[in-house]
Amino acid sequence: MKKSFDVMIVGIGGQGTILASNVLGEACLIEGRSVKGAETHGMAQRGGSVESQIRIDGEFGPLIIPGTADLLIAFDLLEAVRYRHYLKEGGMMIVNNQLVLPTSAFSSGQPVPTIDDISTMLDGEHTAIVDATAIATAAGSPLAANIALLGAASHTIPLRVESLIEGVRRCVPQKTIPINEHAFLEGREAVKSI
Amino acid sequence: MEKRYLLGNVAIAHACREAGVDFISGYPGTPSSEVIDTLRTVPEPGCHLEWSVNEKVAYENALAAAWCGCRALVTMKHVGVNVAADPLMTSSYTGVTGGMVLLAADDPFAHSSQNEQDSRMYAAFAKIPCIDPASIQDAHDGIIRAFDLSEEFGLPVMIRPTTRICHSKGDIELGERATGHRKGTFQRNPKQYVVIPAHTRILHKELNQKQPGIRKRLIEYGFNTAVVRGEKAVIAGGISAEYIREILPDDISIATIGAYPIDEEWLAAFVSRHTEILVIEEMMPIIEGAVREVACGQVIYGKKNGYLPHEGEFSPSIIADALLAAGYITAHPFPTVSPAGNLPVRPPILCAGCMHRSTFYSMKKVFKDGIFPSDIGCYTLGLQLGAVDTTICMGASITVASGINRSGEERDVVCTIGDSTFLHTGINGLINAVYNGADIVVVILDNRITAMTGHQPNPNTCLTASGTESPAVSLEALCRSCGVTFVETVDPYDLSLLLDTMKRAKEEKGVRVIIARQPCVIVARRAGWKRHKYMVEADTCTGCRLCIKYGCPAIEFHDEVARINDLCTGCAVCADICPAGAIRREVKR
Repeated sequence: MKKSFDVMIVGIGGQGTILASNVLGEACLIEGRSVKGAETHGMAQRGGSVESQIRIDGEFGPLIIPGTADLLIAFDLLEAVRYRHYLKEGGMMIVNNQLVLPTSAFSSGQPVPTIDDISTMLDGEHTAIVDATAIATAAGSPLAANIALLGAASHTIPLRVESLIEGVRRCVPQKTIPINEHAFLEGREAVKSI
Repeated sequence: MEKRYLLGNVAIAHACREAGVDFISGYPGTPSSEVIDTLRTVPEPGCHLEWSVNEKVAYENALAAAWCGCRALVTMKHVGVNVAADPLMTSSYTGVTGGMVLLAADDPFAHSSQNEQDSRMYAAFAKIPCIDPASIQDAHDGIIRAFDLSEEFGLPVMIRPTTRICHSKGDIELGERATGHRKGTFQRNPKQYVVIPAHTRILHKELNQKQPGIRKRLIEYGFNTAVVRGEKAVIAGGISAEYIREILPDDISIATIGAYPIDEEWLAAFVSRHTEILVIEEMMPIIEGAVREVACGQVIYGKKNGYLPHEGEFSPSIIADALLAAGYITAHPFPTVSPAGNLPVRPPILCAGCMHRSTFYSMKKVFKDGIFPSDIGCYTLGLQLGAVDTTICMGASITVASGINRSGEERDVVCTIGDSTFLHTGINGLINAVYNGADIVVVILDNRITAMTGHQPNPNTCLTASGTESPAVSLEALCRSCGVTFVETVDPYDLSLLLDTMKRAKEEKGVRVIIARQPCVIVARRAGWKRHKYMVEADTCTGCRLCIKYGCPAIEFHDEVARINDLCTGCAVCADICPAGAIRREVKR
């Protein structure tokens, strides 16, 4: 059996998936644990669907096999649906309650899915849908939504909260540290209360 | 020694500093670009660093520095090696004095490339050593070894990390950065540096004499290792060696290949101790070929008999399929799952406000029946707008356009090429088109940066890699000096002028150049440029969807009317397209 705790972070190019994965990587370093990750660069970043894979305690290759991820963090509802097959049975899903529709949704003539349609599809005991953008905005900046989502997911991640918060401090721009710390803690609160 | 969580390319960049590199050149290309992008953010006095205009130029510059005794690094993506192949093939004959490392980043699965070629073949072709790392740590450590090997054997050494090394991350042990730099000195030696036939025949012989020593040294350095554990064995190269370690049963032997050329005696000794061998490597069956050559009666499983694919990238799952098929395991270790179907796709797309979109729009509008050869860059995404008919390699838009035109095809041929690509290998095609009487329109998409690979500066940016100002290149003067008389520069946000210029070009004959110039919208945003956002007046919108067809990600369509979202950058082109006049500047109340 695999020893690593595998996390998929998915979203749209430019939303900050890589920064979120860096926080997990730094937190692993802080705890002296091995870590491997893979991410999307280059062409696919231009507004395309992107994924970061992080294997906490990972010792081998960086890739997570579909059907084996322990946790899926999605920055967008549609991307949660696109990648949910990566989760193992019973794997946890933390999803931002936001839907950015791809241009293809308007030009293809297919019915355009709504937030409610997708929320219903994703609903289940292992899913938490969080309004991370609202939490981040309340904390001081909508740009901290990625960190708010990490906070929401932190109950499931096998790393100490202090390590994760220190990871946040190391990864975000210096002057946004208080906002991001706040966003992390509020995100963490939000899931407890669901 | 310290441990850090780093991107593969950043770890490689750090290793270059540990090795004390004195000269760095390259051309951006995914997945190689972040090596120089990392190094250039912290320029080091005494170390020359440049983004060159193409890979051949980069390679020759680095080679010359290595001839002068410096340690030189040259980086490129796999297809860049095609451009640099001319000097590469002979640089192994001349050899080097200072260490020279060619970083050729391969892209199995063509995540961001036009093909899946295997750079190991180039190393074999040029008869130079090739380091093929299985992990980021291997790549980091391999860079340092590569410089030592290069100096020991007087040969350029290739390191070929793949996308899943360059763009993966891990906890990496770093060493100390070297201090001080060598200053180049050229020692005249025509027998080495002037490859006339009389010299080159001798140099080739010397190159061949180096090979057995290289093979042995690669084993001594521990690049190629073997552990005998049973009757059956796996031999894996590159990142496949990491994937297999995750799932390999304890009673199966394993050999890993981390560098080439492979020592045949060593390989034969390992193979002879087993009855069955499964060979696992992405892309070309190079290890498999070597194994089949030394095998005597063993059963070999590989690509050649269908156990693994010849194309794409591997994963632990694909490797498990092969283990199962070869009878190495009895059950698949991973579940079978399938992705959700029928979702709106989200491919990469030109940014909201990207200057290329209005240029493509105008081309299609004016040259309705036109043929649109294009090139390599963000603008290849114009495919989604129906404005890209061909793309093959860097610089091949103008040449393909003139070839189509001279073939007798009677429709208008309008090609697109970015500024960096034009300077890379576009100019020759333009000279040729004028010289040979082509009848084409060349649209230079001039956003003043090499955008797709991460906004690297080029001569047109007027900044060097390390941020110092450089003299301006005039694309207009360049085109005129190639013999083009119709050279017009337009702001692609000025839709009526753009359409008008296209119409005028359509009326003319010969090679016509239109330079569409506007900074890349991402660069403009980072530089603090702000334009007013636009909005749709819902009452005026007729729901004709013409703005939706324009394909900007800032325009949505709900309840039979268009709506502009937060992505709007204020380029205002959609306002000119809307026939109802429903799109206007947002007024803050």
